[in-house]
Amino acid sequence: MNKTVLRLIINRIGLGILTLWIVSLVVFFITNLLPGDAAQELLGQASTVQTLDALRAKLGLDLPLYVRYFHWLGGMLVGDAGTSMVNGIPISQLIWSRLPNTLLLAAFVTLVSVPVAMFIGIVSAMYRGSWFDRYINILAVCAVSVPEFLIATIAVLIFAVKLGWLSALSHIENAHTFGEMLKVFAMPVLTLCSVLVAQMARMTRAAVIDQLSSSYVEMALLKGASPIRMVLRHALPNAIGPIANAIALSLSYLLGGVIIVESIFNYPGIATLMLNAVSSRDMPLIQACAMLFCFGYLVMVLMADISEIVSNPRLRK
Amino acid sequence: MNTHTSSVTAAEPTQKASFSSRFHVRSISGLIGLILVGFWLVISVIGPMLSPYPPNDFVSNTVFGPMSMKHFFGTDYLGRDMFSRVLAGTPYTIGVALAATVAACLAGVISGLVAAAATSWVDMTISRTQDALISIPSKMFALIMVASFGSSVPILILTAAIAYMPGSFRIARSLAVNVMTLDYVQVARLRGESMPYIIFKEVLPNMFRPVLTDFGLRFVFIVLLLSAMSFLGLGIQPPEADWGSLVRENIGGLSSGAPAVIMPAIAIATLTIGVNLLIDSIGSKSVQH
Repeated sequence: MNKTVLRLIINRIGLGILTLWIVSLVVFFITNLLPGDAAQELLGQASTVQTLDALRAKLGLDLPLYVRYFHWLGGMLVGDAGTSMVNGIPISQLIWSRLPNTLLLAAFVTLVSVPVAMFIGIVSAMYRGSWFDRYINILAVCAVSVPEFLIATIAVLIFAVKLGWLSALSHIENAHTFGEMLKVFAMPVLTLCSVLVAQMARMTRAAVIDQLSSSYVEMALLKGASPIRMVLRHALPNAIGPIANAIALSLSYLLGGVIIVESIFNYPGIATLMLNAVSSRDMPLIQACAMLFCFGYLVMVLMADISEIVSNPRLRK
Repeated sequence: MNTHTSSVTAAEPTQKASFSSRFHVRSISGLIGLILVGFWLVISVIGPMLSPYPPNDFVSNTVFGPMSMKHFFGTDYLGRDMFSRVLAGTPYTIGVALAATVAACLAGVISGLVAAAATSWVDMTISRTQDALISIPSKMFALIMVASFGSSVPILILTAAIAYMPGSFRIARSLAVNVMTLDYVQVARLRGESMPYIIFKEVLPNMFRPVLTDFGLRFVFIVLLLSAMSFLGLGIQPPEADWGSLVRENIGGLSSGAPAVIMPAIAIATLTIGVNLLIDSIGSKSVQH
C-alpha cells in the first residue's frame, strides 16, 4: 500500500463522515419538523400547561432545536440514543437485543448469494449470447422488477402452504440444531437472495465481459489459451475490483430488503423494531434505527469505493 | 442499487457471433414490454369506467371466492369484487408513482443542470447534499417521512420524489458536464448566448434519451417503493387501496391460494417487468446508433 492509495482512502473516509453528518441533520430535522412533541404525546389528553412545561423541562424539550440537535448527536456518538418513548427502555438495549439477529440474517444471505452470483455471472459472461445467458438475463430482469413481498408470498405459498416443509413465520428462538436453523432461515434468505443474486450476477457479467474485450485477453487467445484459462487466469484477476465493488453495492440493497422480509416472516430484527416504532410514533427509536441503517449503508458504499481504489493497478507501486 | 442496474443493461457490447438472434429476442421482449406498459396506462385512465361493481360494495357472500364469470378475479376478504378493486387501484399505483417520478426527474435534471452550469462552489454544495440524500436507503427515508408526517397521498408523492431525485441528479449532472465540454456548446458560449439559452437549446435536447431511460427505471423503483409501503400498511390508507394494499389486506387468503392475493401481485409484476423490458430494448437500441 503506497501513499497515493492511503491518501485516497483517507479522503473517501472523510467524505463518508461528512455525508453521515448531513444525514444526521436530515433525519433529526425531518422528525422534529411537525409541531407537537414528545411531552404532548406522553401526557395525551390529560395534559395541563404546568405538567407539559414540567415534563418538557425534564426531557430537555424546552431548549431550542439546534441545542437539542447537538445533545442528540453527542448521545449518538457515544452510543447513548436516549430512551424509548413507548416503554421507557434504553434504546441501546433494545437495539443490542435485535442487532445480532439482523446481522446473522445478513451473513447467511451473503454466504449464499455471493458464490452463486459469481458463478452465474462468470458463466454467462463466458457463454455470452448463448441461450443460458439470454434466459438468465430475462430472469434477472424479472427478479429485480418484482417487489420482495411478492417473492416472499410465493415462497410461503409453495414451501409452507403447498409442500408444508417450512413454517411461514421465523421462530428464531426455537432454532437449536443446525437443521432447525436451516428451516428458520430458508425462506427469508431465499427471498433476499433472489434479488441480490440477480443484481450481482449482472454486474459480475458486465465486469468480466469488459475485461474479455480488452487487448491482453485477445493476446492470450492468440497464444492459444483455452477459454477457461483465459477467463480464470487472465480476465478474472483484473475484474476483481469491479466485482468487489458490485458485491458491496448490492449488499447495501440488503438494508432496504430486510425491512420487508423481516416484517413478512415476523423475524425479530432491527427492521421490525423500527417498523413497530413507526406505527407507535416512537421518535427517538426511529431516529436511532434510521441512523444505524444509514451508517451500515455508508459503510457498504465506502467498502465498494475502497475496493475499487485498492484494486486499481495504476495506483500500485 | 438505484443507478447501476441501468448502466449494466445499457453497456451491452454488440456481439458479432449471435448478434441477429440476440437482437431478435431483444426486440420481441421490447414489444412485450411496450404492450404491457401501454395496456396499464390505458387501464389507469379508463379502468374505473370498466368496473362491473362499485369497488367498495359487498357483492358476494363468499370471501376469497374463486375466479368465475360473475367475479373475474374472485372476491376479497370481505366479499367485494376483486376485479373492480384492482381496476380502482390502478390510478393509485400508476398515477401516484407517475406524479412522483415526474417530480423526481424534474428536480433531479434541473438541479443537475444548475450544478453543471454553476460555479464550482454551488456545484459542490448541491452535489454533497444529493450524495447525503442518496445515502439514506429509500425505504428508510419513506419510514421516517411517514412517521413524521403521516401517509397522505401528497406526502407519499413528495417522499418518493425526494428519495429518487439524487439518482436522477447524478445522471443529469454527468451528462450535462459532458455535453458542456463539446465544441458546439463552446461556440454558443463564444457567440455570447445566455446560460438559459445554452441549457435549454443546446444541452437539454442532447440528454433526452438517457434521461428518458432513467425516467422509466425510476418509475419502476417508485412503484416498488410505494407498493412496499402499502404492503406494510404505511402507504395508501383505507378505504382507498393501491395494488400493494390489496395484497396486504388479502394476505389471509394466501393459504387457500385465493386469486384475491395473487391478482394484484401479478398486476404489479406485469407493470414493472413491462417497463423494464421496454427500457432494456431502448437501451440496446441507443448503443447501436
